[in-house]
Amino acid sequence: MRAYLFRRLVQSLYVVLGLSGLVFLILHLTGDPALVILPPYATAQEIAAFREKMGFNDPLYTQYLRFLGRALRGDFGASFLQGVPALTLILERMPATVELATAAIVFAVLLAVPAGMVAALRKDRLLDYASMLLALLGQSMPAFWLGLMLLMFFSVKLDLLPVSGRGTLAHLILPAVTLGSFVAARIARLTRSEMLEVLGQDFVRTARAKGLTELAVVAKHAFKNSLVPVVTIVALELGTILGGAVITETIFSWPGVGRLMVDSISERDFPVVQAGVFVIAVVFVAINLVVDVLYAYLDPRIRYT
Amino acid sequence: MRSRHGKLVVGIVLVSFVVFFGLFADLVSPHDPVRQNLGAKLMPPGSYERGFGWHLLGTDHFGRDILSRLIHGARVSLFITATAVVISGVLGTLVGLVSGFRGGRVDDLLMRITEVQLACPFILLALAVAAALRPSLRNTVIVLAVSGWVVYAKVVRSRVLSLRDSEFIVAARALGASGVRLVARHVLPSMLSTCIVLATVEAARMIILESALTFLGLGVQPPQASWGGMLRDGKLYISAAWWYTTFPGLAIMLTVLGINVVGDSLRDLLDPRLKV
Repeated sequence: MRAYLFRRLVQSLYVVLGLSGLVFLILHLTGDPALVILPPYATAQEIAAFREKMGFNDPLYTQYLRFLGRALRGDFGASFLQGVPALTLILERMPATVELATAAIVFAVLLAVPAGMVAALRKDRLLDYASMLLALLGQSMPAFWLGLMLLMFFSVKLDLLPVSGRGTLAHLILPAVTLGSFVAARIARLTRSEMLEVLGQDFVRTARAKGLTELAVVAKHAFKNSLVPVVTIVALELGTILGGAVITETIFSWPGVGRLMVDSISERDFPVVQAGVFVIAVVFVAINLVVDVLYAYLDPRIRYT
Repeated sequence: MRSRHGKLVVGIVLVSFVVFFGLFADLVSPHDPVRQNLGAKLMPPGSYERGFGWHLLGTDHFGRDILSRLIHGARVSLFITATAVVISGVLGTLVGLVSGFRGGRVDDLLMRITEVQLACPFILLALAVAAALRPSLRNTVIVLAVSGWVVYAKVVRSRVLSLRDSEFIVAARALGASGVRLVARHVLPSMLSTCIVLATVEAARMIILESALTFLGLGVQPPQASWGGMLRDGKLYISAAWWYTTFPGLAIMLTVLGINVVGDSLRDLLDPRLKV
């Protein structure tokens, strides 16, 4: 277990290092970073002086190491537009994104896990077909389009829910449903197949054979055992949730990290983009690490290879 | 068995329908997709524009025919998706082959790279590339291709590892087959079906991703007609013109549904153990 933990930690470090390289390259792939940062009316002299000052004339690896050193201390430079440290801007927006993502996961799990369970218990019957057809449709639908349709129906037509912004619970409903639907279909399908697998196991047959009611068999034996994979699936879908948050926040003008990043890209505010990509990636890697370790701890059958 | 084939047929019909419109957009499109008439803007579906013709699915905020733009948008979406699927498929398969056969350090390095990429939510990668290279049709293809190769690399590598010591490969080796011949004649054909299934799943994913990127303003740029772009513009008129956002989304959904159904039934037929 300890060796496994160590290996996973080292692996996460690799990943963070690799990502830092990517983030570093964002600015350098543009061609000449000095031209990106300075206003278009800058003279050739000013550009040369700026290059010297920022160290753009140094070899790329020196610049990368310097970038890495700063990034590890949380220094991504100041936002071109607002002048405040880029990391501060990102962290300020974090709570809104966490709130949205949590609500979305809760919604997706509450909808998809029961649907998958019911489908498995009623395999090849009407309820199974209906929920799996729904899941297939859900998987084929761009979730952001569903968001637009919900917006059109509930906010514009019926005037029941606010169109955009953050604040009350009512503001949260549409964005959470939209973001949740990015992953609900997948979770439902996987829950169904996990549940079917568990229902075919020997211990379920034993439980039935000793005369337990169907409810007890399902609730006490099958459900619990199909939960571990389902939890993993939810954790694996976190990447999709984070990505979907970018789009969902844009649709509903939700003041989170994702929208800030889309805005920063169109305004070419590179420090904010770099800080954002780095922070989200590190959060994602950290969550994955915790889930993997927890998973190995919870399920003793997992080999630590 | 019969219902599986039924499913496959439904999927193929749906996909060919979209492909047909995409390929022959210029012939089947009722109007010019960029022809504007501000006098005829935001007309509802089934409107008749005097001196011009019918707008079956209505018009947009420039008075352009939505059906014609949908048909031309199909061409853009399909072109991007097909190109990205081919590039990422070939690249990923190559990496998987090299990684699996070479082993050792090369394998280690390549697998580290795939891990880094898998640990990074796709949209971040796309945002980074879009920020650096500026959005365009070409860069959209690059982003999608880069996002897709990992899946093939992983699957192909694990296949190679399990095939490497199988009897027919050992036999071919013993008969003196060269490395290239071995791969081309024996290894690749035996994993072709897996790759086809993967490619269908990827194609469905990429159509949605492309429209999402374009919706965010990071993909195909106007005035080129594209489904994601129509959704982006349509959002501004969501209270005035329901048809503007409804139809492009339906087009995406039907296309992806078709591909998903084909992918599902192909997997059941060709490679039931594959989990994607």
